[in-house]
Amino acid sequence: MSVAPTGDAAFDAVRQAETRDEVVQRGSASLTLRRLRRDKASMGALAFIVVLLAFASAAPLVEAWTGHSPIAQYRQSGMTAMGLPVGPRAEFPLGTDHLGRDVLVRLAYGARVSLLVGVFASLAAATVGLSVGVLAGYLGGWVDVVLSRAMDLVMSVPFLLCALALVSVCGPGLWLSVGVIVFFTWTTMGRVVRAEVVSLSRRDFVRASRSLGAGPLSIMGHDILPNLSVPIIVYTTLMIPSAIVFEATLSFLGLGIVPPAPSWGGMLSDAAANGIYLVAWWLVVVPGAALLMTTLAFNILGDGLRDALDPKPRPIRRASWRGAPP
Amino acid sequence: MIRFLAGRLGFAALVLFCLSAFVFLLFFVAPGDPARMVAGDKATEAQLIQIRSNLGLDRPILVQYASFLSRAATGDLGFSYRNQQPVASLILNRIPATVSLVVGGTLLWLAIGIPIGVMSACHVGGLRDRIGQSFILIGLSFPTFVLGMMSLYLFYFLPRQAGFTLFPPGGYKPLLADPLVWAWHLVLPWTTLVLVTAAIYARLTRGQLLQVLGEDYIRTARAKGLSERVVVYRHALRATLTPLVTQLGADIALLLGGAIVIEQVYGLQGVGALAVQAVKNQDRPIIIGVVLLGGLFIVIANIAVDLLYVVLDPRLR
Repeated sequence: MSVAPTGDAAFDAVRQAETRDEVVQRGSASLTLRRLRRDKASMGALAFIVVLLAFASAAPLVEAWTGHSPIAQYRQSGMTAMGLPVGPRAEFPLGTDHLGRDVLVRLAYGARVSLLVGVFASLAAATVGLSVGVLAGYLGGWVDVVLSRAMDLVMSVPFLLCALALVSVCGPGLWLSVGVIVFFTWTTMGRVVRAEVVSLSRRDFVRASRSLGAGPLSIMGHDILPNLSVPIIVYTTLMIPSAIVFEATLSFLGLGIVPPAPSWGGMLSDAAANGIYLVAWWLVVVPGAALLMTTLAFNILGDGLRDALDPKPRPIRRASWRGAPP
Repeated sequence: MIRFLAGRLGFAALVLFCLSAFVFLLFFVAPGDPARMVAGDKATEAQLIQIRSNLGLDRPILVQYASFLSRAATGDLGFSYRNQQPVASLILNRIPATVSLVVGGTLLWLAIGIPIGVMSACHVGGLRDRIGQSFILIGLSFPTFVLGMMSLYLFYFLPRQAGFTLFPPGGYKPLLADPLVWAWHLVLPWTTLVLVTAAIYARLTRGQLLQVLGEDYIRTARAKGLSERVVVYRHALRATLTPLVTQLGADIALLLGGAIVIEQVYGLQGVGALAVQAVKNQDRPIIIGVVLLGGLFIVIANIAVDLLYVVLDPRLR
């Protein structure tokens, strides 16, 4: 593959490159990026996530621009004479809710909650899952038995019911939501990592390391961990949308973020109460679409990352596979 | 085999024990006075003491827990703080709605998800694969309650505004009273449940089939001259059954313990709706009962799945 060097001193190099094709060695990171960049769906998803991040961080700007606080109720301008929410219009670009609050401003602040909980809970759950998975997979023996059983135990718990019970006792709140999500989702990562580590720790390079006198911590950290980067990146990305939906579900059931602080699940819950959304479609379409597009974007990006990080040759389509199943 | 089964049963007992200890402890350390909830705000101190001793709340926690366990083993889960009805019968009343939703939903999502996965895997890279994968992606990303609210708006409210009732807004009608009315009330909840769940099965089927379709025994089956349908559905799909059964057991069990979100959106009087209501009312015996029931379903499903493995995979016999 030929490269075109830039700059003034590159003239000779260009001539050289014309005569003999220069071979450039690309690192795996740059190869991954190239593959990812060619995947239009992933780039679209990434663009959406960047825009969403900008929207969430610009929430105070949105508030200043509209001049509406996320929790203030504009009963004069934001409600009809019948006391119903008003639809999208110049003053309220995305309409108002059942209390006359500006949906756009609430959407922006709600995005903060969703992204914060989604990203933070996934990172925390991934860290816990990774540590447990590596320990169980590498040490084996009774450590493995205890940790694997613990994972089985957490996975045999009706998590939404337990979350309900926990929230009913402790009272709803942001950090409790994060804690509940972490507690019930780290096992996904734990299982994947454990299986991976079990097979890695039998490989020759680990034995070589051990024969050179490396201790277990060094082997786990230097030899095994770098080889886990693909599942770590992919599964953490894929955990974000489920954490976001989990938080939204808790808020929807009235057990997540405490009102009047805005969150997407809470906005949908307000919309569902008394079926108000039936006369004000924007109350479900706006936060619902935001939620759907966010989870979709993270799922697409996760799938794209998996394909880019771990390119497998696709099974070749055979000409003889004509008999299509129904 | 018997040793294996005994091990699984032991683990199931451990799960239920941990779960019950967890909720029991949770409510023991929780703020709030159950006696006050039972008696109401006007009760005198003497009445509260009387109620506490009736409920056994004045005894040490270990004694309370032991007596709870021994009663729970016989199916007695105590009484609701709200209306003093037995928790077990309150839950039993809610079972038909949840079971109707889950059983109908399971049949439908299998009937939709597996063929989509097969279609996708048999035309990898083609248009049909892209359609299948889009279905999977959207189904996996759609939050259940958003889908539910949107379908209520589209299929209940808009037709009603136009002057006719396409589907009812929710509620549960008993099967035995009138099967048609029962099904009519469940169409929207089923659709919602199926769309979000079928995607999981489609993805699982697709992934497994892709691994299997390149194997030698599939080539042998083709070489024998078997039709593509037989090759895919009889030979290849067989290898996907084990992960499908695992997923199915987990999903059914989780939903039987309360399809919380769907029941909430459609106002179905199921176990999940009971749990949400109990949390809002701080009706602790009901919450404990529902959590334990959910755990029971999960451990039963786990054992059933393990037994099914043996049936499905001759190597395990």
